Amino acid sequence: MFVELNNLLNTTPDRAEQGKLTLLCDAKTDGSFLVHHFLSFYLKANCKVCFVALIQSFSHYSIVGQKLGVSLTMARERGQLVFLEGLKSAVDVVFQAQKEPHPLQFLREANAGNLKPLFEFVREALKPIDSGEARWTYPVLLVDDLSVLLSLGMGAVAVLDFIHYCRATVCWELKGNVVVLVHDSGDAEDEENDILLNGLSHQSHLILRAEGLATGFCRDVHGQLRILWRRPSQPTVHRDQSFTYQYKIQDKSVSFFAKGMSPAVL
Amino acid sequence: MTPSEGARAGTGRELEMLDSLLALGGLVLLRDSVEWEGRSLLKALVKKSALCGEQVHILGCEVSEEEFREGFDSDINNRLVYHDFFRDPLNWSKTEEAFPGGPLGALRAMCKRTDPVPVTIALDSLSWLLLRLPCTTLCQALHAVSHQDSCPGDSSSVGKVSVLGLLHEELHGPGPVGALSSLAQTEVTLGGTMGQALAHILCRRPRQRPTDQTQWFSILPDFSLDLQEGPSVESQPYSDPHIPPVDPTTHLTFNLHLSKKEREARDSLILPFQFSSEKQQALLQPRPGQATSHIFYEPDAYDDLDQEDPDDDLDI
Repeated sequence: MFVELNNLLNTTPDRAEQGKLTLLCDAKTDGSFLVHHFLSFYLKANCKVCFVALIQSFSHYSIVGQKLGVSLTMARERGQLVFLEGLKSAVDVVFQAQKEPHPLQFLREANAGNLKPLFEFVREALKPIDSGEARWTYPVLLVDDLSVLLSLGMGAVAVLDFIHYCRATVCWELKGNVVVLVHDSGDAEDEENDILLNGLSHQSHLILRAEGLATGFCRDVHGQLRILWRRPSQPTVHRDQSFTYQYKIQDKSVSFFAKGMSPAVL
Repeated sequence: MTPSEGARAGTGRELEMLDSLLALGGLVLLRDSVEWEGRSLLKALVKKSALCGEQVHILGCEVSEEEFREGFDSDINNRLVYHDFFRDPLNWSKTEEAFPGGPLGALRAMCKRTDPVPVTIALDSLSWLLLRLPCTTLCQALHAVSHQDSCPGDSSSVGKVSVLGLLHEELHGPGPVGALSSLAQTEVTLGGTMGQALAHILCRRPRQRPTDQTQWFSILPDFSLDLQEGPSVESQPYSDPHIPPVDPTTHLTFNLHLSKKEREARDSLILPFQFSSEKQQALLQPRPGQATSHIFYEPDAYDDLDQEDPDDDLDI
């Protein structure tokens, strides 16, 4: 996890809020550093994490996780992390005969209407174990990312329904958190992606939006991050606050600074 | 104005805005966006309806019942009838706990009521329904529910119905939004600037012109409304009190002012395209003589005077 981002979000692993949906989106840049941040954040917070990783392999996340101080392999072995590796298990859908529906069953069906098998997988992974002692603090669902589900043939409403059920189960019933990443196509006219992004924006409590700089690529400033808090628990005078910071990604951390205040410029 | 008079005036105006939104009945469309959310205003309207003694039904699809009821005190919560479609709207758990027919079935069931009590139905949200149901089905159901009280011969037995629909504008194309807008008696579009929320209210009263007003407001933690004048003047950055205002008409090299005679001459001038009786007389009388102006034209070497082929001189 990136300590500076924790400071900006005013949170630490010990006292993070529960029952929240966090939306990560990126436009003209790669927002996956936010996924790595939240993965290591919640593992350090001793949460039970279900990670639906559709974009990269387990070893990729594991290598980055080691730089951030968490070991995904050990987390998986002790049962803290349930990892659905989309790239590997997509092959299982086709080649292995499964009795119960596979989480990625929609890849096989011609007219898959919904993501119910994927939801059942998530619910099964995060349901509390009645063993008497509570090993983990609260469950967390992490999805990287939802836009690829649109590319794989699901409709925007089907993906919204999936997140709706995840919210109902993970956020409301189990008092956990959900973090999802959606790409913003920006100029490309992708109506389904826009419906997905706007629909999730309305349901989210926190939106982190990583944008490339309008002027193009820069060596010292990799992009800017917009933080938008929605639906705070108490409606105060300053509801729906929004902040913008610029950032630079380094090997093991990300440094944030106010616009125009990059150390390279000053 | 004493503080108590000011407070009464404040609540008077507050009642005016919420009353005007609820008075017409029918469909009240609350159009919000990601930046300016409308659920707080929906809850403020629900609270107002409940305090007025109306029967309030909530079709909750987007947020959990606890989250919707949060912020209401217990007497309001006791008056709300909550239909929960958040936990299992599509019946994936296969337990049939939810209302059979889903949210649409619940909405249609409300068409069949016969109480004389006025009813408010809050749809949270209309966007959720519009994404999953065909637009025509939803519009027919909304029309049937919101126009129950306008059936002739039956109007005394059924009370006024208000349907409050929360619509997220960015999720839908102009077609469905336009269809819902044409069904709505009142439309509130939320926006704002500099942290201050603004409601743009369009009321369509029957047999009258639609009225349009804007109102700055904020919602207090107990979901009552606080009307405001707009972003404060001090927050505008470009008015600097230390620089005296400059009169730009001084030190000019040309004359911007008119003398009295010039002003009279200007006021008595007849505009060329204004049809007055003098002009009519002038046109109807025969012309005194030939036109006194001639045009002399010397054609260039490249000019083409042949009217039949105007493009002949283009070198293509």
